[in-house]
Amino acid sequence: MTDEKKTPQPEEKPNATPAGDDRPAEAGAPAATPSAAPKATPPDEAAKAKAAAKAKEAAPPKQPWEEKPVPPVHEDAADDPDVAALREGVEGSVEGADRFAGQVTVAVPRGKIVETCRFLKEQRGFAFLVDLTAADWPEREEGRFDLYYWLHRFEDNRRLRLKAVVAEDQTIGTVSAVWKTANWMEREVYDMFGIVFEGHPNLERILTWEGFNGHPLRKDFPIEGIDTGAAIYPDVFPPGGGPETAEEEKEGA
Amino acid sequence: MAGPLEPLFDVEEMELSFGPQHPATHGVLRVQLRLDGEKIMDAKPIIGYLHRGTEKLFERESFNQCIPHTDRLDYIAAPTNNEGFVLAAEKLLGITVPPRASYIRMILAELGRISSHVLWLATHAIDLGAITPFFYTFRERERILDLFEEYCGARLTLNAMRVGGLPYDLPDGWVERCSELIDSLPKYFDEYETLLTENRIWKKRTIGIGVISAEEAIDYGLTGPPLRGSGVRWDIRKVFPYDRYDEVEFEIPIGENGDTYDRYLVRMEEMRQSVRIIRQCLDRLPDGPVMAKVPKVLRAQEGIVYASVEAPKGELGYMFVTTAKSTQPYRCHIRPPSFINLQALPAMVEGHLVADLVAVIGTLDIVLGEIDR
Repeated sequence: MTDEKKTPQPEEKPNATPAGDDRPAEAGAPAATPSAAPKATPPDEAAKAKAAAKAKEAAPPKQPWEEKPVPPVHEDAADDPDVAALREGVEGSVEGADRFAGQVTVAVPRGKIVETCRFLKEQRGFAFLVDLTAADWPEREEGRFDLYYWLHRFEDNRRLRLKAVVAEDQTIGTVSAVWKTANWMEREVYDMFGIVFEGHPNLERILTWEGFNGHPLRKDFPIEGIDTGAAIYPDVFPPGGGPETAEEEKEGA
Repeated sequence: MAGPLEPLFDVEEMELSFGPQHPATHGVLRVQLRLDGEKIMDAKPIIGYLHRGTEKLFERESFNQCIPHTDRLDYIAAPTNNEGFVLAAEKLLGITVPPRASYIRMILAELGRISSHVLWLATHAIDLGAITPFFYTFRERERILDLFEEYCGARLTLNAMRVGGLPYDLPDGWVERCSELIDSLPKYFDEYETLLTENRIWKKRTIGIGVISAEEAIDYGLTGPPLRGSGVRWDIRKVFPYDRYDEVEFEIPIGENGDTYDRYLVRMEEMRQSVRIIRQCLDRLPDGPVMAKVPKVLRAQEGIVYASVEAPKGELGYMFVTTAKSTQPYRCHIRPPSFINLQALPAMVEGHLVADLVAVIGTLDIVLGEIDR
């Protein structure tokens, strides 16, 4: 039933895109025509508008999924109890707090991140680090990378996100001593973005191999990949050298 | 009593590379072991053999184009992967999903959970020497995959959800066939339990193996059955209900000792609870559209959004970072439960025998597609 209405007919295209229509005629996502309301697919725009106006007056109120999506908005989250506690507990730790889609993001200066995490875990009960990741903004002035820490508290199931900005030539302290789970997450961020975590016990590449050239999730890394050459372990197998032959091994021993 | 005996001969620690080509590593996991005899002194998981750059690919594709890539993360439970992704996108775009779509999503996700758990049981049992459950469980898995195939044409990589709802409504007779399967499943679960639960060998191989305490499990970030096996009653479906999980009744089974046997019991009970959820969904399946009214081109605004689902392996989360008016995620991070769960492996196997490593890898229920992304 929904199949027939899934893609717009090609001949409908020209008169289906007047100015003011916020739905560009592009096949891709399936059209959202609720099968319960057949009056939502009239042939031309005027009739559509009329029908919509009529529907507004007479028809029962529309269901939320028949309405246009209502995207979440950014709000100031300074009133959040955890943000307030953090501002008091760790001096200079809150640079800003934003609430978006019910999720609070606190901007924390780079140097304060370990202290902040420790405070949140020990004083505010955020015992669980759900996720730690980064994003790359190569053009940005205040620093290239954003690091995101996503914390969870079991008592009331609340979550809090910390955000720290790290420039390309800067490092950041490790939180792997605060949560053990941060160990691999930080290794992944190091591998993918090249951000160095100071004091990390074992900062090695994790998804690519040691000796891999570049950091794949940086925006300047080509999506089709790079030629890493044959020498993926240059220190073990030098370019052109190949594995040691039995004779060489004998000599070495 | 005298102190520890002096060895009469030179004792040397041995290094052993377990995998990446080993039938019990469930893919291309390699564990570098340091052994004292057969005792594990240290284990170091080495991963990345299956790294495909999924997160990088997300950055150039539109929201709906990303969905097939999510199938290939945890490729034995694709519905939950799709579900997590579309939920995150819907949160970002503010889309409300019609109830019928939500219910069908839940049915698919729970069927996926059962199919994932029976596959886990089959491989876990075969790793520990019990071959018979394999033949039993694949019989049921086949029927679940048939239902998937009937719904969307694919058996494993389903691509069964879209931002805003579902691409297709259920085919005729699907509900009855699903209902029939669901009714027969508990009987089959009993069969598996007859083979294993009170089996002396099974108990010997699993009780007290790979123990992890609740505090440590939380510190390691474990989620899913490994966390619940340690006695933490925590399930994303309950604490942050998505779709319509707040409208159905189900229990969260937990273990006591945090060992391999408890995790086995937790997963067995989870399958029964999944059956219960599907039964309720089928009974209440509302009529109506399966797709919300969404713009043809999805344009996000600037923001950060995280949404997660309770995948069979644990908490599967997607985090979007978007810029204003972007048609694709600027950055999409996947929080794969297997990746985080695997991190606890060294702590869980230390001091055990090599044979127990196989049990612990099995009980963590890892999928390398998800770990390496």
